[in-house]
Amino acid sequence: MTEIAPKPVLTSREKVAATLRRRYRAEMRFRAYGLSAVLIGILFVVLLFWTIIHKGYTAFEQTYVQLEVSYAAEDLDPGGQRAVADLQAANYQLPVRAALRAAFPAVEGRSELKKLYGLVSGSAEQTLRDRVLAKPTLIGQHEAVWVLADDRIDMLAKGQIDRRLPESDRAVDDAELRMFDTLKAGRHVEIRFNSGFFTSGDSREPEQAGVLGALIGTFLTLFVTLVISFPIGVAAAVYLEEFARRNRLTDLIEVNINNLAAVPSIVFGLLGLAMFIQFFGMPRSAPLVGGLVLSLMTLPTIIIASRSALKAVPPSIREAALGMGASKVQMVTHHVLPLAMPGMLTGAIIGMARALGESAPLLMIGMVAFIVDVPKGLTDPSTVLPVQIFLWATSPERAFVERTSGAIIVLLAFLLLMNALAVILRSRFERRW
Amino acid sequence: MSTSIATPSDARRVAPSRGSVSVSGAADESLPGETLDTKTVGQVSVADPVMGARVVNVHYGSKHAIHDVSIDIGRHAVIAFIGPSGCGKSTFLRCLNRMNDTIEGAKVSGLITLDGQDIYEKRQDVVQLRARVGMVFQKPNPFPKSIYENIAYGPRIHGLAATRADLDEVVQTSLQKAGLWEEVKDRLDHPGTGLSGGQQQRLCIARAIAVDPEVILMDEPCSALDPIATAKIEDLIDELRQNYAIVIVTHNMQQAARVSQRTAYFHLGDLIEVGPTDQIFTNPRHKLTEDYITGRFG
Repeated sequence: MTEIAPKPVLTSREKVAATLRRRYRAEMRFRAYGLSAVLIGILFVVLLFWTIIHKGYTAFEQTYVQLEVSYAAEDLDPGGQRAVADLQAANYQLPVRAALRAAFPAVEGRSELKKLYGLVSGSAEQTLRDRVLAKPTLIGQHEAVWVLADDRIDMLAKGQIDRRLPESDRAVDDAELRMFDTLKAGRHVEIRFNSGFFTSGDSREPEQAGVLGALIGTFLTLFVTLVISFPIGVAAAVYLEEFARRNRLTDLIEVNINNLAAVPSIVFGLLGLAMFIQFFGMPRSAPLVGGLVLSLMTLPTIIIASRSALKAVPPSIREAALGMGASKVQMVTHHVLPLAMPGMLTGAIIGMARALGESAPLLMIGMVAFIVDVPKGLTDPSTVLPVQIFLWATSPERAFVERTSGAIIVLLAFLLLMNALAVILRSRFERRW
Repeated sequence: MSTSIATPSDARRVAPSRGSVSVSGAADESLPGETLDTKTVGQVSVADPVMGARVVNVHYGSKHAIHDVSIDIGRHAVIAFIGPSGCGKSTFLRCLNRMNDTIEGAKVSGLITLDGQDIYEKRQDVVQLRARVGMVFQKPNPFPKSIYENIAYGPRIHGLAATRADLDEVVQTSLQKAGLWEEVKDRLDHPGTGLSGGQQQRLCIARAIAVDPEVILMDEPCSALDPIATAKIEDLIDELRQNYAIVIVTHNMQQAARVSQRTAYFHLGDLIEVGPTDQIFTNPRHKLTEDYITGRFG
């Protein structure tokens, strides 16, 4: 470093000074590595969120088309009784198609008419039926009704279909494009908040598909998981930590619990299939079975977290309680458990968050089925959010891409909510000593 | 080990076997200043002891921690256990309310009696024993609850207070006896862990006396405290002597001299000498005791 005098005689202090610069540089480098690692991590998180939100936010909007519908009595209720059964069974396709033909009188020919009828979603008939059933006096009258647009028109309205592409590469051909532009020019097209995304179950038609079924399924499944795995996990941890003697048996149990935590989740799915469905004859695709399977998966996590929470309770508290003449159970329930509870809850919520994102074991027990109805109980067939995402991601329709991202956003929101709950519970129960 | 004590095998051969000697009988025979059939020098027995130990041995796994210790604990008196670190004085203390039960691998043999009753007997309920033989630990360990709850815990689990008013009274008298009432009476609902170290230790003493024990065991109660807090605790110990038998383990020989009436010197698991505190500190009879109190080792 210093190339001055031929043989400089350095004092200790100078030698230390000479090493100082090198040490500081090493420290700076080390800090820079750490900082860049953190920044790279943040970058990827931002990228992930940006992609998902950018792709998914449009799922929360939906294109509607306005139709001038005339509820012709001779089409809908030729008998004139206005009986509910008749109104229910009536063919509402007729007024929808009539309205579309009225809007575009120039369209003729079978294929052109098919394109015209394809502008609106198949759910338009259902919309009209609901309106008529709610208010039978509508029959024989006219009204302007907003109905769901078809998913391709929805994509077009949201600007996700590139108009400059050649017609053969475009999901919407020139004729449909012209019809859409005409509707739009007449202010018959509107983009609104997509409440249906949160109030309906799955559907083959993207514009009608919602996450409610999966959301309720997730809720029920996690409920079963929590109710089963938390008490069992805590009880097992308390027993192993506070009551069991250390011997070969408890060592063996401990090793096995740690190993179970590392078992691939799909194996638990197979176990659930063999045990709960084949052996106990429980229903397929049910949140009950899903919850049981996820409990098996979450149990080791909860037990391990609970044990470390119990270990963190200072032994002096145990001695104090025992010294007062508390029995062992009193010591545990009065003193140790309340102090360990925040750690146990955190462990449980981490386990639940893992269970929330799990799809593989649920595929094995049939929760991957296409289920339109929103589940009403623990034994109703249902699916869960991650599986719903998987199902939509594999669907070919362009509109399912945004639905997939939308469902991911819902899942992430659910996850953040759970983590927030963990933080709140922790700070509420945490006690210092 | 010094040659002046009998070899362990001698002691074991002549030691009274469990159950063959009644504690009160032994005390009568051996008064005053007479050794029981042990190697211990000095006055092991006292008249009408509240607790008595005879030929107590403690093993931690393969480690033999306490060898053939026999000693009586007198009523309304303070006895101090002194000795170098690792000499077994805390271990022996913890035998007296069976706190060693909680340590895995600890095995206690010999006879320990409380009012003539064997406390290691099968029928002896350990919960009841600990209500009668309270304990104060080295580090103040109040529960992370309010001051009130700290004191009320013992009476509550033992069903000593029928009504809320009873409980209030127990809390107040316990805190008064521990000399803490004036300092905390306005903040009984504050956490016990928020007090100063000395206050916390007095809270722990108040907690111990709230269940009205006969004996209070104190395991180096002042080692984590400053001299002023220590002085307060020592005064408190002196006052509590009126009502309780107190066993105090201490590293501080001046403290033993100040607060105790009898002193027992432990060395490497042996009880070397027991006697009146004045005599132990002014005229120890055993070489090891003398070496220790004159500061030659320890």
